[in-house]
Amino acid sequence: MTAQAPAIAHAEPTGGDPAGFRLMHAEWTKIRSVRSTVWSLVAFVVVAIGFSTLIAIVISNTWNSPGNHPNHARLLADPTAVIFGAGLGLGQLAICVLGVIVISSEYTSGAIRSSLLAVPHRIPMLAAKAAVWGALDFVVSAITVFATFFITTAILRSHVSVTLSQPGVTKAVIGGILYLTVLGLFAMAIGGLIRHTAGGISIVIALVIVVPPLVSLIPGTIANHVHGYLPTVAGELVAQTSQQSGDVLSGWQGFGVFCIWTALLLAACGWLLVRRDA
Amino acid sequence: MAEAPGLIEAHELTKRFGDKVAVDHLSFTVEPGRVTGFLGPNGAGKSTTMRLICGLDRPNGGTATIGGLTYQQLTRPLHVVGALLEARALHPGRSARNHLLFLAETQGFAPRRVDEVLDLVGLRDVARKRVGGFSLGMTQRLGIAAAMLGNPAVMLLDEPVNGLDPEGIRWVRTLMRQLANEGRTIFVSSHLMSEMAVTADHLIVIGRGKLIAESSTNEFIQSSSERSVLVRTPDADRLGKLIVSAGGTIQPDDAPGNGNDVADPNEGDGAVSMVVTGLPAPRIGELAASASVVLYELTPKLASLEEAFMEMTADSVEYGDSTARAAVGNRPAEEHGEPAEQHSDERSMS
Repeated sequence: MTAQAPAIAHAEPTGGDPAGFRLMHAEWTKIRSVRSTVWSLVAFVVVAIGFSTLIAIVISNTWNSPGNHPNHARLLADPTAVIFGAGLGLGQLAICVLGVIVISSEYTSGAIRSSLLAVPHRIPMLAAKAAVWGALDFVVSAITVFATFFITTAILRSHVSVTLSQPGVTKAVIGGILYLTVLGLFAMAIGGLIRHTAGGISIVIALVIVVPPLVSLIPGTIANHVHGYLPTVAGELVAQTSQQSGDVLSGWQGFGVFCIWTALLLAACGWLLVRRDA
Repeated sequence: MAEAPGLIEAHELTKRFGDKVAVDHLSFTVEPGRVTGFLGPNGAGKSTTMRLICGLDRPNGGTATIGGLTYQQLTRPLHVVGALLEARALHPGRSARNHLLFLAETQGFAPRRVDEVLDLVGLRDVARKRVGGFSLGMTQRLGIAAAMLGNPAVMLLDEPVNGLDPEGIRWVRTLMRQLANEGRTIFVSSHLMSEMAVTADHLIVIGRGKLIAESSTNEFIQSSSERSVLVRTPDADRLGKLIVSAGGTIQPDDAPGNGNDVADPNEGDGAVSMVVTGLPAPRIGELAASASVVLYELTPKLASLEEAFMEMTADSVEYGDSTARAAVGNRPAEEHGEPAEQHSDERSMS
């Protein structure tokens, strides 16, 4: 390190990039330059594809074994639920974790102060972050969901034929990608509300995998409807090939409910971001 | 009203955290072209004031503007204001270069500017290392690099020499001086009077969120080195009356914790020590001579800058005496137990 007196060069803006583009460019640099992003996405891809493949291999190998196979009927009725169930059910937790970290790590580390000095308008910063993280989540989810679909259907081909041209299958595949994208934003909103990585992750994981089974234990139709409108319970419906008996909502209705939950949480996140001291 | 682009103005700035008032109707201006020191004991509200200027905290009242605009009104804020508010305002997993790069991108600065400021602060060799492994000194340099990124007209530096080695401290001082000479506004906080004495042209002193003094450093040094004289005489009554009639003020030299008690080898010689303010030592000597009063000791006591600072802020110390003393370098505070209000009142007028 040198102690020489510095020469002051001139920093002039390089061009007339619109502010929104500049902010998204910066958010992209932020998200790609920390290891947690890479590791979370690798965990997501490996777990999602790995578990679904494993389940497909097990189903395929035990297809002709004696005994009762509830999976077979389910596979014929709603193939994507079986194909995606194991892998995406587990892999989605990595999306939840990364969604929280994308924003909470700025608070936990103090980097938010640097960010807000550069971008004092907090809502545009939040919007740029949501856009970049949502796009990254969408792309990685699309790759993962399509890979999972083609790998597992190839393994199961000799027993059951599932193709994108069958009714509801393409909708379910696209729905799975959209569900994972909105899930990432849902987690980000909670991360921005809690502003604490461990706390945010705990709450998101609880909402995704702990609360729904607890609510479903409560008897009665009201509890049944409450369960049906829980964010991820509703959101997951769009990844089904067809509506199952007992579903309170149709696939797209459920996805709409999930989007409303996410939009409300993002709005609350933005409102508090503006009001709270950084 | 047209404003100089680098002029910082705080007007009746107020910030409360719960029922605790951190910044209390604080008004001041910081002019371009000089280094303005922002001085106060720990907890006085310096950092909060800087955060309010930068829009990180929302004031409960009052305004802070830069060149007449609030921080939120600046379209490319880093081009106008460079701020080093706390060294650790960065993600430990990100490299130094990427930290600066994303900041540059928010403003539309070219990536080459990132390399320029990395060279400027001497961090080129570690540019691609994760900042989590940086020493506090390196982190501080990175913070200064971030502040320099937009070649701003205004720099706000909160305790910039914290954690720096002597070479780094000299470097920061040189840099601040150079930047001020270029016509920029340099607003630098410190709780160290001695640091401010060598770097700042102008001082804004606060305590408990309130303005205590605003003056040039030279004036501050002169006024705060206000003389007191230690007088020891066996005939204290007579001399005392003479001093009072000549306009001086007398206090007994019995402040607890006073170093004189320990150091005085002549204790028990029947003489009385007293502290005289308002009269210079020669005048006291003349008074004594004219009345044939014997003096055992006549010692002009020049309060050091830090003692003066302690005196002025004694009332405003947030976290009690021990912290404040540690803050100004472990000196015994308040050499002669003089009430502080006396000074703070007259100085806050200047």
